[in-house]
Amino acid sequence: MTAHQQPPRGTAPARTYPDRWERYSPRERIVHWLWLGGIALAAAWSVSALDIEWAFFADAHEQAVDLVERMWPPRWSYLPRIVQPLIETLHIATLGTMIAVVFALPVAFLAARNTTWNQGTWLIGRAMLVLSRSINTVIWGLVFVAIFGPGPVAGICAVAARSVGFIAKLVAEAIEEVDAGQVEAVESTGATTLQVYGVAILPQILPVLIGTTIYRWDINVRESSVLGFVGAGGIGLLLYASINQFAWSQALVILIAILGIVIVSEALSAYVRSRIV
Amino acid sequence: MMAATASYPRRWRAPGLFGSPGRRLAFWAVVLAYLAWSLSTLNIDTARVLAGLPRAWTILERMVPPDFSRWHLLLTGMAESIQIAIAATIAGAVFSVPLGIAAAANLSPRPLYLAARAFIVVGRTFHEVIIAIFFVKLFGFGPVAGLLTLAFSSAIFLGKMLAEDIENMKPGPVEAIRATGASFGQTFFYAVVPQVLVKTLGVLIYRLDSNLRHSTVIGIVGAGGIGQTLSASFTRYDFDFASAILLTIAAMVAFGEWFSDWARRRLR
Amino acid sequence: MAAEVQAAGRPRPLLAVEGLAKVYPTGKKALGGVDIVIDRPQLVAVIGSSGAGKSTFIRCINRLVEPTAGRVLLNGQDIVALDRKGLRAARRRIGMIFQEYNLVERLSVMQNVLSGRLGYVGLLAALRYRFPPQDIQAAFALLDRVGLAGYHDRRADALSGGQRQRVGIARALMQRPDLLLLDEPTASLDPKTSRQIMRLVRELVAERQTPAIINIHDVALARAYADRIIGMKDGLIVFDAEAGSLTEAALTQIYGEEDWSSPQEEDEDIPAGAAAMASLGMTS
Ligand SMILES: Nc1ncnc2c1ncn2[C@@H]1O[C@H](COP(=O)(O)OP(=O)(O)OP(=O)(O)O)[C@@H](O)[C@H]1O
Ligand SMILES: [Mg+2]
Repeated sequence: MTAHQQPPRGTAPARTYPDRWERYSPRERIVHWLWLGGIALAAAWSVSALDIEWAFFADAHEQAVDLVERMWPPRWSYLPRIVQPLIETLHIATLGTMIAVVFALPVAFLAARNTTWNQGTWLIGRAMLVLSRSINTVIWGLVFVAIFGPGPVAGICAVAARSVGFIAKLVAEAIEEVDAGQVEAVESTGATTLQVYGVAILPQILPVLIGTTIYRWDINVRESSVLGFVGAGGIGLLLYASINQFAWSQALVILIAILGIVIVSEALSAYVRSRIV
Repeated sequence: MMAATASYPRRWRAPGLFGSPGRRLAFWAVVLAYLAWSLSTLNIDTARVLAGLPRAWTILERMVPPDFSRWHLLLTGMAESIQIAIAATIAGAVFSVPLGIAAAANLSPRPLYLAARAFIVVGRTFHEVIIAIFFVKLFGFGPVAGLLTLAFSSAIFLGKMLAEDIENMKPGPVEAIRATGASFGQTFFYAVVPQVLVKTLGVLIYRLDSNLRHSTVIGIVGAGGIGQTLSASFTRYDFDFASAILLTIAAMVAFGEWFSDWARRRLR
Repeated sequence: MAAEVQAAGRPRPLLAVEGLAKVYPTGKKALGGVDIVIDRPQLVAVIGSSGAGKSTFIRCINRLVEPTAGRVLLNGQDIVALDRKGLRAARRRIGMIFQEYNLVERLSVMQNVLSGRLGYVGLLAALRYRFPPQDIQAAFALLDRVGLAGYHDRRADALSGGQRQRVGIARALMQRPDLLLLDEPTASLDPKTSRQIMRLVRELVAERQTPAIINIHDVALARAYADRIIGMKDGLIVFDAEAGSLTEAALTQIYGEEDWSSPQEEDEDIPAGAAAMASLGMTS
């Protein structure tokens, strides 16, 4: 710290200093190369096994331009036909989310360590979370179409099935973080377990529950736009049909409509959440 | 037990949320009105839904036990999904860097910034399955379409996150490096990269995990991976094989999530 | 060296600022035509109340803030007129030191110091930290000079404020600058460390024959270490003289009316009315 009080004061350093310095030690360097090599290998394995037909890429830009030309201009006269499916899409998202909340609450209490009954019920709760979350909404759609046949009911169930895990996971985390003092205070009045949950825990997690639900709703609007691809109702059905019939200018109208509802619902959800939380 | 837990809260939700009984009443009125409206417009075929319930039981019965005898088919599909996810994450990461810089208000000129942001907003809107079907039309059925789909949406997601990290970094070091006479590239690598690297790596790992999840679904429209196998097994009423696939997907997704949490914790 | 040039009677000043003005996009007129000439290596302190335009002035010199009008002549070259490439070349010769140090925290001390040479190496070399041996030697020497020998592999965020500022100084000196700009380098440091840093800067100005402009709020520090003091008010220079000639009248001119001889702490809680009466008492 006091080196600047050293006697020699000249422009040339009195001592000699090293003129070599390496940022990384040889070992660090080897580790870096190993990482790079590993990533390169993973990339090579992935790309080679995918059997990519590189020739396709050669004229991809021409194809893309061709596609754009066929899409433009959008066929606006088709718009009235898609209003009903758009509303259906929103209904699927909303009803699915509503059902999900009803189921998510008990699952969350099961999956939170401090409110579950025992190790067994906790495991059941966790298993429900994992199952619900690890299967994509569209795949849930496949399952429910097999059960209920094509239509919006399958879509609503698919949205609900996927959302239960999403909402319950975040709510369970909130439950695990509730203020234990308030819970004990209510417990000490001799309240039953369910009363404790209702009086002491629910009010504390309510903001999380509402926020998560609204957030999930806007994700679900996006998800419902494709549920029709597997026959689970909504606008996706018409989009899939239009594309398969090469009715590109019609598909463009649908895409613009989806863009509209997704952006609006995202903005709405962000606005409501900022008001609440 | 569950029903009781669910019904109890309702009595307590009201005061905190709505304030007065009048507003609580209004809330439930709105909910009921919405239910009436939506259920009537959806024209749900009640008979078919009711018929579905016993069918659900049959399907469930046929799903148990899951049939792993065609494991090689399962394994090929899984491997393809994983390959799609890895390749797409790497390709997406590469493209996300220029996109992220362009979409960072503090690094990029105004017109470029606006264009990049608009691109991100539009690109994020469309579900992977929609993007996939376009790539299938352009490149034909198979994993290439899936790879391109996930690469595209990864680039957009990673670009957006990168742009946000760049916008949130400390401006001081950037200014200091710029003041030494460093070029844009040098300033980027000396002042920006160190500030955003760890966060970006975390996001990258997260994206690898979520690509793994998405790669199971784009197969529905023929873009390769296990989703294609799954979708085929459903259309062939091959429910025991489908349940085997579903279980494998769930296991892989759970593992991916665990791995991503673990890896992100290890990044100091 | 510069002193020899001066002794040889070369007319060109080291730094000449002519009519430098800045109006921010908000419409705020932060600099209203500033002229100064520095013709020998000296430590020039710029004082003035908050918002007087000190930072704007210093940042207009290396164009971190783009001036609206005026010229900045460094060794006769007008920096304001330079294009991007020329500006980068000019910035290499101007070292800057900041109040918040502005080190890249996740990089090591050595990486931070070497970043002072970025203007002289290509992008690839910079990425691989391939700096010429004499730069590396100079970096070690400078770290020793600022009292941080042995700290080269420490990460910058593991240093104290005073140590960080020393790294900042080393980084600026790595540029072998013709001019040093310091924007409140001691404002985040304790009084003792502040004095150490000021002493260091003063010694370096003498050793390297480099003029330095330093923004500073601490009038006592400015008096003790600067050769020359410039007072700014509302974007204009209202005082410019030897450090010794900074009188109370001059301070009043720069900062407004205040009892300069009373201890600072006392007037902190005086209500507005009482303060006004005190200042009336002072003038009467
Ligand atoms: N980026 C900017 N945009 C608009 N106005 C600015 C900007 N930066 C500074 N100003 C204004 O210009 C004036 C001078 O600011 P400057 O930062 O130069 O003052 P200063 O003397 O350095 O003050 P301090 O002692 O507090 O650091 C102030 O009124 C300030 O509000
Ligand atoms: Mg300032």
